[in-house]
Amino acid sequence: MTVAVDRPTDSALTAPAQPPAKAPRRRPRTGRTGKNGAAYVFLTPWLIGAALLTVGPMIASLYLSFTDYDLFSAPEFIGIANYQRMVEDPRFWSAVGVTLNYVLVAAPLKLLAALAIALLLNKARRGQGFYRSAFYAPSLLGASVAVALVWRTLFANDGVVDNGLSTVGIDGGGWISNPKLSLYVLVILAIWQFGAPMVIFLAGLKQIPQDLYDASAVDGAGKLRTFWSVTVPMLSPVIFFNLVLEVINAFQAFTASYIISGGRGGPIDSTLFFTLYLYDRAFTAFDMGYASAMAWVLLVAIGIVTALIFRSSRAWVFYSGEEK
Amino acid sequence: MATIIERRPPRAAQRAKTGRSRVASIVWHVFCLALLALLLYPVAWLLGSSFKPGTEILTNMNVLPDAFTFDNYATVFEGVGGLSFWTMLGNSLLISTLAVVGNVFSCTLAAYAFARLRFRMRAPFFAFMLVTIMLPMHVVLIPQFIIFQQLGMIGTFLPLVLPKFLATEAFFVFLIVQFIKGIPRELDEAATIDGAGPYRTFGYVIFPLLTPALITTTIFSFIWSWDDFFSQLIYLNNPDTYTLQLGLRLFVDQTSASSFGPMFAMSVLAILPVVIFFAVFQRYLVDGVATSGLKG
Repeated sequence: MTVAVDRPTDSALTAPAQPPAKAPRRRPRTGRTGKNGAAYVFLTPWLIGAALLTVGPMIASLYLSFTDYDLFSAPEFIGIANYQRMVEDPRFWSAVGVTLNYVLVAAPLKLLAALAIALLLNKARRGQGFYRSAFYAPSLLGASVAVALVWRTLFANDGVVDNGLSTVGIDGGGWISNPKLSLYVLVILAIWQFGAPMVIFLAGLKQIPQDLYDASAVDGAGKLRTFWSVTVPMLSPVIFFNLVLEVINAFQAFTASYIISGGRGGPIDSTLFFTLYLYDRAFTAFDMGYASAMAWVLLVAIGIVTALIFRSSRAWVFYSGEEK
Repeated sequence: MATIIERRPPRAAQRAKTGRSRVASIVWHVFCLALLALLLYPVAWLLGSSFKPGTEILTNMNVLPDAFTFDNYATVFEGVGGLSFWTMLGNSLLISTLAVVGNVFSCTLAAYAFARLRFRMRAPFFAFMLVTIMLPMHVVLIPQFIIFQQLGMIGTFLPLVLPKFLATEAFFVFLIVQFIKGIPRELDEAATIDGAGPYRTFGYVIFPLLTPALITTTIFSFIWSWDDFFSQLIYLNNPDTYTLQLGLRLFVDQTSASSFGPMFAMSVLAILPVVIFFAVFQRYLVDGVATSGLKG
């Protein structure tokens, strides 16, 4: 120590840029470049994936959407012809209609079911954990081909639902083969999977401070009033979160419509989801340019709808931390 | 806070109240159980019907079979549409297991960098990562297909597995980032004082503490990849690589009663691993959903 203090001028003269004694022996492990370097080592897999499987393909699919490409010969640039074709393609519009219909009906009903059951389970009673897991279970199974096949059989002509309804005097035939009802088979399947948003609602309900309910009781508010004035505003950030998540998911639904309609989106395109038509264009017609254009339309549509929900959230989502 | 004056209700009223709340509790349980029975009916019906003769399945709405049979399972084990059930099961298991390994490996590394290390592009990269969670896969689907085709990987498991090793399921990165942020920084600082750099801090301090987050990642990686019908449909065009999901699809075009039996038996077998995962890890599953908003 004393040596180092004694000879500051010396070291300053001989090696002006050298750090204080002892330091040169160690690598600069907390230096800026060192940590930067380590960070990029940890990030390497993600960076490769982001570049080669996300950013690159996004740019490529945007380019392909302006081309005529069948996977076998080189893509040919055709400007906005794919998008123009879309406007005149009746199947494209049925796919849009079916998907919007599904999103608008399935997502809200699923959330409503999730909220209702969450409120039901939010009573501090024995067995709450069991019920929570059990009601959640369909959410985990619903994405499988197996459950879609069950739905297909349950709602088939002369199937369990058809027969059940016949005994109470409603003779509608199979829902699967009825273009007016077939989409609702998929909607019911979506509602059936309310478990995931329900669990999120339950977690949200537990966060609401008990004081608010006490205060509301002191003020003489009834159950309904308490629900609208305490529960709903306090839960609104969670409702918002679930709504965004469910809407985005609903836009991309595929498996059930593929299985239930045998991959064709029938009868008469009544279950032709946007993703199913996109799959059909890309992998049965090999119309890759058109399918790429559809993918971009889907992206923009999801973006717009999400933005609208975010926009509207200012009016109805209440964050207790901020002043209203 | 404890200024609320507590006035104890008279005994009789109290007794009446507990009596009423007991009735309310019973009503609540009955209602919940009835709802649950309705909700789980399709699954119970699937399981029961897998033991019914094919001709009985479509019309018999009872869960329990009139005539009990194991024939459906025997048929499935002999093979479906010329494909071995065991091969399909093996393929499904292999893909899902590799997906788990890939996600745990790549997402943990990326998450540590985002949660703990400082680097110049951190904010923009992190924002980009969050955006990719919401990105519909269709917008990268076709170029990815072309890439894998150029690499000669169509008809192999690689297009399904390789992306997992590159942290493309950004959701798990986010999940683990959130988890690491909950680990006290004092632990990292103690490791630094002891002379550990970022690699050792990660290996000896952070990674061993990640178990709960990794269990959630494992469960959902497995189930999502198990059920990822769309990708399997596109990439696995070689019958030797068919998974259980693709095997089940073969039943879609068969509407004769004779196919219902094996279809249901195989359906039961195809969701069995998911059910087992659920039974073993249900705590982690449900809590994972509650804290991170997984879609399930």
